[in-house]
Amino acid sequence: MLDLYVEGRSALHRLGPGWKILGLAFSGTVLFAVDHVWLSILWLAISLTLYAVAGLPLWRAWRQIRPALWLFALIFVVQVLLHSWQLGLLVIIRFAVLLLLAGLLTLTTRSSDMIDGLEAGMRPLHRLGVRTESISLAISLTFRFIPVLTSVVHEVREAQSARGLERSVFAIAIPSIIRTLRMSEEISDAIDARGF
Amino acid sequence: MIEIQNVSLTLDDNPILHEVTLTLTEKRIAIVGSNGSGKSSFVRLLNGLRTPSEGRVLVDGYDTQTEGRKVRRRVGFVFQNPDNQIVFPIVEEDVAFGLKNLGVPVAEREQMVDEVLNRYGLLSKRKQPSHTLSGGQKQLLAIAGVLVMKPAYVVLDEPTTLLDLRNKLRVSQAIDGLDQTAIMVTHDLDLVENFDRVIVFDQGRIIADDVPNKALRRYVEAMLDA
Repeated sequence: MLDLYVEGRSALHRLGPGWKILGLAFSGTVLFAVDHVWLSILWLAISLTLYAVAGLPLWRAWRQIRPALWLFALIFVVQVLLHSWQLGLLVIIRFAVLLLLAGLLTLTTRSSDMIDGLEAGMRPLHRLGVRTESISLAISLTFRFIPVLTSVVHEVREAQSARGLERSVFAIAIPSIIRTLRMSEEISDAIDARGF
Repeated sequence: MIEIQNVSLTLDDNPILHEVTLTLTEKRIAIVGSNGSGKSSFVRLLNGLRTPSEGRVLVDGYDTQTEGRKVRRRVGFVFQNPDNQIVFPIVEEDVAFGLKNLGVPVAEREQMVDEVLNRYGLLSKRKQPSHTLSGGQKQLLAIAGVLVMKPAYVVLDEPTTLLDLRNKLRVSQAIDGLDQTAIMVTHDLDLVENFDRVIVFDQGRIIADDVPNKALRRYVEAMLDA
């Protein structure tokens, strides 16, 4: 997700964000509605082909999946113990395809375009009094603050390590939460100050 | 012109500012004072981020309490920590955020983003994730995001505190080059030597309001007496 947008002129880059989000939702629905391993393998092949169509090297695809490998291993073991290795394989391929496609969406779509697309998609909710621009801003802030919060936790962990508290969940969590809450007040002020 | 008329501020039952009256007309104004003296709260009154408990603040005649939106269009605000000010993940998107809020059309928006990024040496970083910038570049991005909205006044709350010397100089040069009226809170006393006016706060009150050398001398004396 943090790879974010990669500049390009491919058909996938040019495709409207709404279509890409719909494609992702459609793929998720089909993959989980149809219990067929070959269909999932076909979808996996299509996903990898789409990376090539977007002009993205395969290591980009690998980077989307790599952080989830431990989770895949866990899911596979549980499925083998409870059901069968075939079902374990099917579930892993499904998740891998969804990670690949979600990654492809962020790699080929500027976050501002994605937010504009989401805002356009949510426009009917305006009539129900929903402030859709606030929802899209919240999504944008999520993208923006993942690396910031990671560095906050890293700094707190380093500070607590210096005091021999690197194994204490509370010693790391409480200062991180307090810093995050303080930060959120200033972020809110900053958004106000820029005319939102 | 910004007029602060007999303003007091209380937050969570704690008195922060006491009956402050000022008229700000100079091009470069510095606000200095010890930690907790009320200077950051004071500057937040100038663009309506805080509203006075008593008295009123007028920006070119607009009351911050009743015409906050108009005031915020006139008064840009740069925060101490740029990480808390940059709200979009990509450099160009963040600069465009304020313009989008003002309803500037896309083509004009892109041109204005180009201009301001070029001015602050960030044009080559345009497509880059903002979290990959250095501290100084992030602060310049925060300043660019404010200036692109063409405010008449820019308030800067300790913009160099978190920066190393090189980045401090870059940001300081950017502030020197501002066309707007700049009101800056700072602990870097060497940055304000060429300012037109320095206002010193202590325990929520103004203890000096003068040209830099006189006001800073009074500030140092007050700190030594404390």
